[in-house]
Amino acid sequence: MSEKEQNFTAKKSTRRNFLKNSGLTLGGLVLGGAVTSLVVKDTEETVTTSGPAHSANQNETVNHNKALMFFTPEQYSTISAATEQIFPETEVGPGAEALLVPYFIDHQLAGAYGLMSKEYTKGPFYPKEATPLFGHQTHLTRQDIFVLGINLLNSEATKRYEKKFYELEAEQQIEILTAVEADEVELNAATTPSYFFKLLRAATLEGVYSDPLYGGNKDMGGWKMKKFPGHQMSYANMVEKEEFVEIEPQSLTAQHNH
Amino acid sequence: MATTLPKTDIVLVGVGWTGGIIAAELTKKGYKVVGLERGKTRSTSDYLMVHDELRYANRNEMMQDLSKETWTVRHDPSQRALPYRNHGSFLIGDGLGGSGEHWNGLTYRFMPYDFEIRSKTIERYGEEKIPADMPLQDWGITYDELAPYFDKFDEMIGLSGEENPHPDMPKIKYPTAPLKETPAMKMFREAATALGYHPYTAPAATLSESYTNKDEITRGACQYCGFCERFGCEYGAKASPIVTVLPVAEKTGNFEVRTESSVRRILHENGKATGVLYIDTKTGEEFIQPATVVAVTSYILNNVRLLLLSKLGKPYNYETGEGVIGKNYAYQMTSASSTGFFEDKEFNSFIGTGALAGVLDDFNGDNFDHTDLDFIHGGNIALGHYGRRPIANNATPKGTPSWGKEFKDASIYWANKYMGVGSQGSVMPNKNNFLSLDPQYTDQYGDPLLSVTFNYKDNERNQQKYIREITTNILKEMGATEVTTPGDQEDWDTTKYQTTHNTGGAIMGADPKTSALNNYLQMWDCENVFIPGANAFPHNSGMNPTGTVGALAYRAAEGIEKYLANGGGSLV
Ligand SMILES: Cc1cc2nc3c(=O)[nH]c(=O)nc-3n(C[C@H](O)[C@H](O)[C@H](O)COP(=O)(O)OP(=O)(O)OC[C@H]3O[C@@H](n4cnc5c(N)ncnc54)[C@H](O)[C@@H]3O)c2cc1C
Ligand code: SF4
Repeated sequence: MSEKEQNFTAKKSTRRNFLKNSGLTLGGLVLGGAVTSLVVKDTEETVTTSGPAHSANQNETVNHNKALMFFTPEQYSTISAATEQIFPETEVGPGAEALLVPYFIDHQLAGAYGLMSKEYTKGPFYPKEATPLFGHQTHLTRQDIFVLGINLLNSEATKRYEKKFYELEAEQQIEILTAVEADEVELNAATTPSYFFKLLRAATLEGVYSDPLYGGNKDMGGWKMKKFPGHQMSYANMVEKEEFVEIEPQSLTAQHNH
Repeated sequence: MATTLPKTDIVLVGVGWTGGIIAAELTKKGYKVVGLERGKTRSTSDYLMVHDELRYANRNEMMQDLSKETWTVRHDPSQRALPYRNHGSFLIGDGLGGSGEHWNGLTYRFMPYDFEIRSKTIERYGEEKIPADMPLQDWGITYDELAPYFDKFDEMIGLSGEENPHPDMPKIKYPTAPLKETPAMKMFREAATALGYHPYTAPAATLSESYTNKDEITRGACQYCGFCERFGCEYGAKASPIVTVLPVAEKTGNFEVRTESSVRRILHENGKATGVLYIDTKTGEEFIQPATVVAVTSYILNNVRLLLLSKLGKPYNYETGEGVIGKNYAYQMTSASSTGFFEDKEFNSFIGTGALAGVLDDFNGDNFDHTDLDFIHGGNIALGHYGRRPIANNATPKGTPSWGKEFKDASIYWANKYMGVGSQGSVMPNKNNFLSLDPQYTDQYGDPLLSVTFNYKDNERNQQKYIREITTNILKEMGATEVTTPGDQEDWDTTKYQTTHNTGGAIMGADPKTSALNNYLQMWDCENVFIPGANAFPHNSGMNPTGTVGALAYRAAEGIEKYLANGGGSLV
């Protein structure tokens, strides 16, 4: 395939094309396996040639970062809904989902943060003995704790409303998150619901305000809300200024644009 | 089997601030120095992608890799100590320059009162003022004796400052002018002056102007870039070992740095050190580096651990109060801080340097009368402009939930409309606060971790309560529409950053029974070992330690030179 053809294919490639190319067909056929829910979901919605993650506009570049390294799609939907409740879209500006915070968390969990590569992970462990003042005291990694937490959100949603967490109304999601934060739900594991919540809240804020190079803070939307200028070389001539100085934010890519 | 290398005059365990100073001073005098540094090499070009809060401030890019080695922590000796599994309360540096690379640069001198704290407290209030479980000690040196060494440190880094207007504080001539003052700092100065206090601009190692020191090291002025505390300075404007003392040592041709070389033991025979055992972490090979003098310069916690692992000096026993290695561990407190919300202001809070602050010492040391107070000492009070990082800083007025719509809108609304007035609370020694080897947990080589047994005692809690009222009043005087405080000082929280101002564990003094080092930072029990870190502090004062650590390093450098010239012996 020539380079030109390849580009063309890439642009045209959509979820439906992918399914077609993989030899799967829609309509009438009962599909087994992991892709079923995707297909069913798609066909229930309006059938378009491009999925929601892709742009119909040829001029807009595709964000290749919007894919999963760690979560399953269902885990992703759960975390996505939870982060949006922690940092929702308001009149002030975008929420966690629009800022791509769920992708940020997915990508972080896949690496050193999720596996705790630079942290002391040797036993023995005394999770029951440790008060919160002694922090993380369990053999579980952050990957494990997020998965346990996600399962907890969904099992609570099922118990209370017979639905998945991400299918609930906002108030219902808030109710469950509040119970998780306060340890008012049971988690049969060497960690607590509130510890998971603490990690989730912190990771959400990291995704809102870290440099966009990590996949969140889309278009520096988090920084813009706080009027934080990001990466700038010097403020030496503004230190004494009485009035607030609004500066167009800049991310680290500006430092690396050769 | 370890390979034995050719002998050198001085071997350094760790190459950060104290190691760098010893290296520069002794190589200039013609002595051969080998610096062993466990971390990687560094230059300012490593800092080009440094304006990254997540990587440097949250994921601790420049800090010790805890998967290899950490500490265990507990509140009192009756508890089982648990590992400090991720960075929280303090952040320990790693790599060439050590914590001297990512420090803030606030550079103070401990007060005359500090060095003679026991005598002066008894003189003014009587012996009963000192609780029975507080082993308060004089340092074996006075402020006046240390003053020339403070001057050396200030001159080397080009300290930017303004004279402290408090009548009881020493008058210091700073090599460079103070940093610029922000509108919030001006408000602090005016409010504090109106309340009868003595505010001034904090002495900063982030240069206000370009500067050339006596070693002919030239550095440029700070850009107030806001990525300073926990970050390296790509401009070299912040004084750090790699842009000051290390190039001076290298230029002499007498200095050899070996990075990725982790020291595991100080070797000794018949009361004298023969050298150190270290591991090349690239190859895993072990080496013995013989030396005439061993300078232990690996940060207080690592210094004390190495002494205990090497069986040098008598370990402290909290039950009997005997022994000295591990004794008088202390720390600092930040719970007297208040946050003021200003409805009608918008501050350029993203601007800052690690050391840009207005500060006052009216409630520090013994600058105020403690006769009717239930504590001794105190803390400085400061309004800092350190560069407000957006992930870390999300203050909201009292009653705001910590997540959800209300939190989001409030944290954004107030993002540039609040200011903190904080205090660095001193911590007095207590017989139950100490360092020892952990009986259970080990590092990557199987050596025991250092265990930190520490909690805040009544003296500290009472002090913070008292100072909190003052920080609140200053903010009110500044016109804050609302002021919040963190509440009373609770048990030590190992997960929340407080300071990297750990002190004690191998302290200096006049008596070998109650101290590990003499006033040249020379070990009483091993005359060719010098340990010039904050481990030497018999208590911790109410301000940042490195000005005093730097002075002690210059004092130790002079001691080592004398020791070598004399051909051995105790210096006192
Ligand atoms: C975020 C932060 C902000 C700070 N801000 C201030 C401030 O504003 N003002 C102030 O006064 N102080 C401040 N400090 C404290 C200051 O950094 C330290 O006091 C100072 O660096 C101590 O010097 P040192 O030589 O004892 O240790 P370091 O400078 O840390 O150097 C120790 C070196 O030894 C190496 N080492 C450790 N163990 C071994 C081993 N076994 N073998 C070989 N090498 C080893 C380490 O890797 C390190 O490079 C701050 C610290 C931090 C972390
Ligand atoms: S604030 Fe100044 S000293 Fe600190 S890193 Fe930026 S330029 Fe360097």
